Amino acid sequence: MTTLIVNGESRSIAASPDTPLLYVLRDELGLCAAKFGCGLGQCGACTVIVDGKAVFSCVTPVMVLEGRTVTTLEGIGSRDAPGPMQRAFIAEQAAQCGYCIPGMMMRAQALLNRDPQATDESIRAELQPHLCRCGTHMRILRAIRRAADEMRPKTVEARTGR
Amino acid sequence: MKLRFVLLALLAIGTFGGTAALLYAWESPIAPIDPRSLGAPDRAVLRRGASLALLGDCATCHTAPDGLPYAGGLAMPTPFGTIYSTNITPDPETGIGRWSEQAFIRALRSGVDREGRHLYPAFPYDHFTRVSDDDAKALYAFFMSLDPAKSSAPPNELAFPLNVRLTLAGWKLLFLRRARFVADPSRDEKWNRGKYLVDGLGHCGACHSPRNLLGAEMKSAGFAGGEAEGWRAYALGRSSLSPVAWDEAALADYLASGSHPLHGTAQGPMANVVDNLSQVDPADVGAMAHYLASLGKGEGRNDAERPASGPGRLPQAAGVQAATPSIPSEPGGAIYATVCASCHDGGRPLPLGGSRLDLSTAVADEKPANLIHLVVRGIPAAAGASAHPIMPGFGDILDNRQISDLVNYLRTRFAGRPQWNGLAKAVAEARGGR
Repeated sequence: MTTLIVNGESRSIAASPDTPLLYVLRDELGLCAAKFGCGLGQCGACTVIVDGKAVFSCVTPVMVLEGRTVTTLEGIGSRDAPGPMQRAFIAEQAAQCGYCIPGMMMRAQALLNRDPQATDESIRAELQPHLCRCGTHMRILRAIRRAADEMRPKTVEARTGR
Repeated sequence: MKLRFVLLALLAIGTFGGTAALLYAWESPIAPIDPRSLGAPDRAVLRRGASLALLGDCATCHTAPDGLPYAGGLAMPTPFGTIYSTNITPDPETGIGRWSEQAFIRALRSGVDREGRHLYPAFPYDHFTRVSDDDAKALYAFFMSLDPAKSSAPPNELAFPLNVRLTLAGWKLLFLRRARFVADPSRDEKWNRGKYLVDGLGHCGACHSPRNLLGAEMKSAGFAGGEAEGWRAYALGRSSLSPVAWDEAALADYLASGSHPLHGTAQGPMANVVDNLSQVDPADVGAMAHYLASLGKGEGRNDAERPASGPGRLPQAAGVQAATPSIPSEPGGAIYATVCASCHDGGRPLPLGGSRLDLSTAVADEKPANLIHLVVRGIPAAAGASAHPIMPGFGDILDNRQISDLVNYLRTRFAGRPQWNGLAKAVAEARGGR
């Protein structure tokens, strides 16, 4: 049996060890934000954060993640209390069909956690593995910029202990 | 009295020797030109120059990431320090705008810039010395026709004495054979064209040959395999370790399209090379393939296993995820079964199915670098190349230990060769260089 820390909680996974993380999240843990897109690690819809890094959950069997920390979109805010990334996407109305958006938010979150000062160029480069056919790319970029702005003062406060 | 005589003699010899060396190493500047004095070049010559620049991969080194083409500034790590490529657009201040044709040709073939300074052999003038007059002139015309870009490369980061350019005269004395290409009359025109391009502008041996302690290609081991930017440049010809022996058709196909079903997809620095070659006259690529094929074949250990090639040959798997085999207890085998097998054993054809690892040179090679790079980075989708194989990278999913376990398993199972030495270090290096 595999044990994972999912959104801060230790979870024992009943699924067989070769099951992709995506299916475990959706089918076993009921966390349905991450989406199945291509199943080949090429579209980004299934992206979640593992130990601080954005990964494609559709090509990641749980076996190789023993004891590691997984964060899904549900872990950075909820419908009632959206986090800064989610508030920014709502404010910019960055979703059209929305299927690809949870994956994009997770990769953007991982980037900003690592580099709160991320430039527009590094945001564009980072989001390269993600496909969106609706065409809200400019809104998505604006939303990530807005999230970065909103998240930054908090980091400063945290650093100065206020 | 005697001692004083000896000292004086030594001083005299030293002064004489030093002066002689200085005279030997000294190259005179070539007078600057006014770039506006150049007449309008012939369009056919320009087209040929553009094609030759692609065959020589000039832009690949003379362009910084996200920089203007040919404006230089790319950092090139070497065992001796970091060298930055120069601006070869015709900007008068920071590029080659004041270089005469003569100065350009001297730089190309002898590695001396217009001011008379020796150039580092990261610029492969040991190959370009073979370039014909006509081709050198076409290249000059092409570069001088580019839009001038104002851009200065950062200073090189080299330790003493290598930062003294005069020392390069000694390197050249040892390793540079200034000689134009001479056709072999016993061979046909296609072979000679191929050899001219492969050994000259194409400078294939610069990566595909091992280098000695002074960074010069070991001529006795030409094409025996080398390194480029942390990637292995595989051995070619008779020393090739490819499980399926290369033939002329496969070489031509691979060089022109960047991928071949039995040999995989060009990645790392070779991806730039095939991208360039995809834009030149296919007859030139065909000639290079023809010459390279004439260098002989490797053992082709798995030739008997060679599947009938052609897309769509393998049965289409029923679903996206094929059933994974039972999970072995050894860690590497378990990772293969759960992470890799659904594509590589899934029966789905290329490009969306995995290639056959028993045919992979990355698994069969003497060094693990390329296999590690492929596991870590995958094979990114190439722009405008929808039929190319793709693979997600697993560098953010697997830790170093897991990658080592997997690579060892692949090596033993699919190449049937002993495990690589120094694997842990190689994995750490490949990660660092990402």
